[in-house]
Amino acid sequence: MKLHVLYFARLRERFGLAEETLEFDGATAADVVAHLQARGGVWAEELDSSRPFRVAVNQDIVALDAALPEHAEVAIFPPVTGG
Amino acid sequence: MKIRVQSEAFDLGAEVDAMREGRSDIGAIASFVGLARDLNEGSGVAAMTLEHYPGMTEKALAALVDEAHSRWILLDVTVIHRVGRLVPGDPIVLVAVASSHRGEAFAACEFIMDFLKTRAPFWKKEETPQGERWVEARASDDAAAERWR
Repeated sequence: MKLHVLYFARLRERFGLAEETLEFDGATAADVVAHLQARGGVWAEELDSSRPFRVAVNQDIVALDAALPEHAEVAIFPPVTGG
Repeated sequence: MKIRVQSEAFDLGAEVDAMREGRSDIGAIASFVGLARDLNEGSGVAAMTLEHYPGMTEKALAALVDEAHSRWILLDVTVIHRVGRLVPGDPIVLVAVASSHRGEAFAACEFIMDFLKTRAPFWKKEETPQGERWVEARASDDAAAERWR
């Protein structure tokens, strides 16, 4: 499936990437995370299950087992710090 | 309901006046203004830059306001959050809630702020004497949101 993936804040800086289009074989948010982790380096480090990142699908924060619709907008970011 | 994400400053008095304009059913307006501080985690802060997720931010703020409306009887809500570079003393966020009585206004204002801190996609990066650093989320903010469950 094809996804539009966005990165924000510290993760955007660490990955050196704000967004990308991703073609992959998977069905859930956890599958995307695993796909990105497999790139190794900072990807493996920052997306390790011990790190507190959040995943949003079509602009709603979801649990990692959430299913992905085709052409979903997936965003990965650190816990929020506004206000 | 008014929800705005903007780089410009806001004026609390003007926002409260706008809520009151043309209506006489409001008995209480509670408001909160969050400001940029010059000290955080034991280090001086010369400035901060607020980043957000355009689209999701507005959606998340609207969902918070909707949830407040489902819990209390509210007459109007305004939420304004700034983005971009801010210096100490600058206002960051405004929440104003109008209702018939103070109880609903106070409670809903605090509720919206507590959930904004944990659900709205904003991130702060601070400029300190040691260099730039991203602000880490606080467990106390999660706890503050948790007590409304």
